[in-house]
Amino acid sequence: MMNTKNTIIQKIKTIFCKIENYIKSPTKKGTAAFWLDDHQLIKAAKEMTDSGFSGFEAVSPFPLHGIDEAMNIPRSFIPWATFFLGLTGCAFGIWFTWWVAVVDWPLNIGGKPMWSFAAFIPIIFELTILFAALGSVALMFFINGLPSVNPPILDKDITSHKFAIFIPEEEIKGRGAELEQIFNKFGAIEVKQSEF
Amino acid sequence: MAKRPILVLDNKDYKQVTEDVCSLVETVPGKNFFALLLASKSLLLYFIITMGLIAVYGMGLMGVNSPVGWGTDIVTFVFWIGIGHAGTLISAILFLFRQKWRTSIARTAEAMTVFAVMTAGIFPLLHTGRPWLAHWLLPYPNQRGPLWVNFRSPLIWDVFAVSTYALVSMTFWYVGLVPDLATVRDRAKNKVRKFIYGVLSMGWRGTARHWNHYEMVYMILAGLSTPLVLSVHSIVSFDFAVSQLPGWHTTIFPPYFVAGAVFSGFAMVVTLMSILRTVIPHFKHYVTVNHLELMNKIIMTTSLLVGYSYAAEFFIAWYSGHGVEQYAFINRAFGPYWWSYWIMVSCNVIIPQLFWFKKIRRNLIVMFIISIFVNIGMWFERFVITVTSLHRDFLPSSWGMFNFSAYDLGAIFGSFGLFFMLFLIYLRVFPSISMSEVKPVLKVGRDDEH
Repeated sequence: MMNTKNTIIQKIKTIFCKIENYIKSPTKKGTAAFWLDDHQLIKAAKEMTDSGFSGFEAVSPFPLHGIDEAMNIPRSFIPWATFFLGLTGCAFGIWFTWWVAVVDWPLNIGGKPMWSFAAFIPIIFELTILFAALGSVALMFFINGLPSVNPPILDKDITSHKFAIFIPEEEIKGRGAELEQIFNKFGAIEVKQSEF
Repeated sequence: MAKRPILVLDNKDYKQVTEDVCSLVETVPGKNFFALLLASKSLLLYFIITMGLIAVYGMGLMGVNSPVGWGTDIVTFVFWIGIGHAGTLISAILFLFRQKWRTSIARTAEAMTVFAVMTAGIFPLLHTGRPWLAHWLLPYPNQRGPLWVNFRSPLIWDVFAVSTYALVSMTFWYVGLVPDLATVRDRAKNKVRKFIYGVLSMGWRGTARHWNHYEMVYMILAGLSTPLVLSVHSIVSFDFAVSQLPGWHTTIFPPYFVAGAVFSGFAMVVTLMSILRTVIPHFKHYVTVNHLELMNKIIMTTSLLVGYSYAAEFFIAWYSGHGVEQYAFINRAFGPYWWSYWIMVSCNVIIPQLFWFKKIRRNLIVMFIISIFVNIGMWFERFVITVTSLHRDFLPSSWGMFNFSAYDLGAIFGSFGLFFMLFLIYLRVFPSISMSEVKPVLKVGRDDEH
């Protein structure tokens, strides 16, 4: 009795492991350097970009002021998406109120015209906001690869008070010594091989 | 140039902020917390029983009748929706104005918004008398015709406004929470906690590219919430203003309602914050007296706006030269419901003027008492608008009075049980100060700022 129970538990565990491996976020091997001072990290990131490194990541517990310039990250394109999502919501609102009030369920209310646009503006406005807001958030999660299962964590303090730069193996291109020099120059407290 | 006041006291560093905020989530609450939770749960139970009886036996249990067809449910609905507005104001409008002091109170204010809107949402459904058919309010393909909703009705505008507001506020709140939930996840010592916060934080990694999109979306949400929050109370006011009733049919209603909402909402934030500062000692370093003073200034300003609206209504009634309109307003102040009008005026216009004095603006006990008065006053404002305009019908033979009953009382007080229970649970489950927003402003006002 006990044995069959254990084998069943074992089987369930293997199934879960398989699922987990399948949906787990992919990681890369590389080098990670840690800082306690965010300003030093930004300077180091700037120096790395200037000396031709790319494809590295800066990980921080809060948005760093000036990191986008230091790493040449372009301005987010999400506002454009928001604009078109808002337009979609607006167009849907106009079409839907028109279709309901004129085509599918025409009601004569006080002899007013079927297509009483002014009365539908609140609905159209709310739908515009709804589509734009929820759509933008969904898009942000999607392009950030969220939700992801068991994301790699460089250090348990990386979401609290530590800051890190992670550079994958293939981006180092044999310039490890140069990289080490940059990390040391800006006072990295720790440099280690890691997975992210 | 004037020096900026210090935002976070006690020279905190990043690590201390994390420890301070997470300690609430990671420790077992004390007896006081459970006492408060039990009290609010008992109130909630009272609310559930009241609602259950009203749903089973019908709306006749409440004070509404003919001609006063809108009563406690609508009054309390508008009251709670109004409370919610301050949260969005703090999190969105102050964000757009780059007001850095908002960072430490934004999370809790937004939570207040979400819970206030949830509480508010119950009332119109209860008011329909058949809450089990609430889904009929939404337009969806159905087998009743298909029978669609009437988009010309302000009540349907309200359904759209309030549900959009609820959804967008919750999303805004959650987006703000994600990085902080990741902090709690990374600090978790046991597997269950790691799993729960892992799911809630959706696998947040905090890379510069993540933050880049994240910050953009946060700003967009702030930009979208701002017109949204103004539209919500405007549309709530349309419920009244679009009808033809003297006392309701006025163009001042949308701005008047929005000002009143901000007024009552900030009062609720001050009430909650002064309690939090007393109950949780380290909150004092984040929510300083400066923060409270700034909020008291907003309360005073909006109090003047609300007072101006009361005066303008009277002026316009006189200026219209219309007897019925004039009667509606004179009856408000001197008719059978004179007491509710003067409670409203004293709580909303007279008492908040004490905030002209700096000592009072910075006194915790006094501001707590004033904020309670404001909350009472704002409930009565909606009572005055709703009930006094209805109880004198066009024909004197149809005049009547509102029959306030024990069930009305249960619905009002019980709803506070729901609100406070949600709020207490929130305090112990989610990081109640936005760590990822407070950390960048730690150095504001310190001498070593560069």
